[in-house]
Amino acid sequence: MKIRMDGLSKVFGEGDSRTVALQGFALAVDDGEFVCIVGPSGCGKTTMLRMVAGLEAPSGGDIRIDAAAAGGRPMNSMVFQDQGLFPWMTVIDNVAFGLEMRGLGRRERRRRAEPFLEMIGLTRFRDHYPQQLSGGMRQRVSIARAFATDPEILLMDEPFAALDAQNKLIMQEELLRIWEGTQKTVLFITHAIDEAIALGDRIVVMTAQPGRIKEIVPVLDFPRPRKPVELRGDPRFGALQLEIWRMLEDEVRAARLQAKV
Amino acid sequence: MRGANQERALAILSPLAVLVVWQLCSTMGWIDQRYVPSPVSIAQAGWDLALSGRLALDIGATLRRLVVGYVLGAVPGVALGMVMGLNRWVRAAIDPLIAAIYPIPKIALLPLLMLAFGLGDGSKVAVVAMSVLFLTVINTTSGVVQLDQIYFDVARNYGTPWYKLFLRVILPGALPTIFAGLRISLGVSLVVLVSAEFVASDAGIGALIWASWQTLVVENMFVGIIVITVLGVLSTLFLHECERFLVPWRRN
Repeated sequence: MKIRMDGLSKVFGEGDSRTVALQGFALAVDDGEFVCIVGPSGCGKTTMLRMVAGLEAPSGGDIRIDAAAAGGRPMNSMVFQDQGLFPWMTVIDNVAFGLEMRGLGRRERRRRAEPFLEMIGLTRFRDHYPQQLSGGMRQRVSIARAFATDPEILLMDEPFAALDAQNKLIMQEELLRIWEGTQKTVLFITHAIDEAIALGDRIVVMTAQPGRIKEIVPVLDFPRPRKPVELRGDPRFGALQLEIWRMLEDEVRAARLQAKV
Repeated sequence: MRGANQERALAILSPLAVLVVWQLCSTMGWIDQRYVPSPVSIAQAGWDLALSGRLALDIGATLRRLVVGYVLGAVPGVALGMVMGLNRWVRAAIDPLIAAIYPIPKIALLPLLMLAFGLGDGSKVAVVAMSVLFLTVINTTSGVVQLDQIYFDVARNYGTPWYKLFLRVILPGALPTIFAGLRISLGVSLVVLVSAEFVASDAGIGALIWASWQTLVVENMFVGIIVITVLGVLSTLFLHECERFLVPWRRN
């Protein structure tokens, strides 16, 4: 067991503005497992991920992470929803940021960052600044940054949401290829059900706020290594997509009602 | 490309044309030379002032006060702004003081500063430093405070030690705003310094302009005005180059 969350909850604010973002969230993630989380907007998915990353303290419950901890490797790296690239660093320096923070010398970290630059297809842009790139390119840089530090756990918060359809497919393939090679543990938040099926070993379906687990769906029909593009032609893919959508539908409607009030 | 060259030629030619027309008007007697001397007589006066050594003395005095005062204001200003930006307790303690003192026109403090620092360079340097200090403190503080939370999240997620957080995230993140403060400070320091030299100095460009007014040597007044303008333009260019070097990601 790599990550174990028990009765995890998070409350923001006090009095009238008190919001329960997450309630009684319990999930155990195996070492090397790829878990996708889908749920309506505002269901506390991001909050959960931030708590695993140690960026947010739980209001209740606990998180245990089993550190195999080969020296120097960070426990987790997070790919943030809105990139969080540093505008004052070039693309290569952004990708190498985690390595720099671990104290690697300039040449060594560039050498290690280079392959990831190639992976996201932006070698030519290594000395550009983020605002010279498109939104999709920036998101790819932030993914490369997370990979470059070689973390045990990857926490990804809708990393492909800003990409165009073609780049999204390519990045999904790349993510799977790298993951299959390294067997990292991945927690992956997404809005897209098809993406969750294409990538995940299990899919966690969450309820509207306060976020709880509604159902956990194992993806059994598609053995690895998977090809996200080819899966889409499989009739079982469509069936599973529909099944998960049925689970989500009520929650999405509930979330829309909450947003109106 | 041809368009760009033509634009450049026009940019040089049009001020030249103004000078020629001005000279013509003076020669023809359409402008009263007692108030607005001709370009040629201003150039002549400038040449004489330069030869006598007075001009170099004045430029030296003004430049020295400007540089020393600016540095003495900017360095502690940025440092204090950093501390205020990073620590909300310090910010809460010092903010009201800054808010109270900032609106005082610093030139109004000149007599007070002369009591404290004497009639020489000290008081002029001090009044420049005061002007620069508050502007840089305010801009540096807001530059740090306005930094997006996500940069801190990313830094924390990658286990950034505090000194790297400062050098690689906070300082570069605040730098564009700091430079905005430095640019405004430069303009303000020139105004304040010339004003101080008007009333309380026997050297400096301000003193030159004021002495020319008192003796009604209008040509020398124009020389002073032109010199201080050139000084302003050159120091702004210098600051701009520093910014291009230190904030390369904002070049376009």
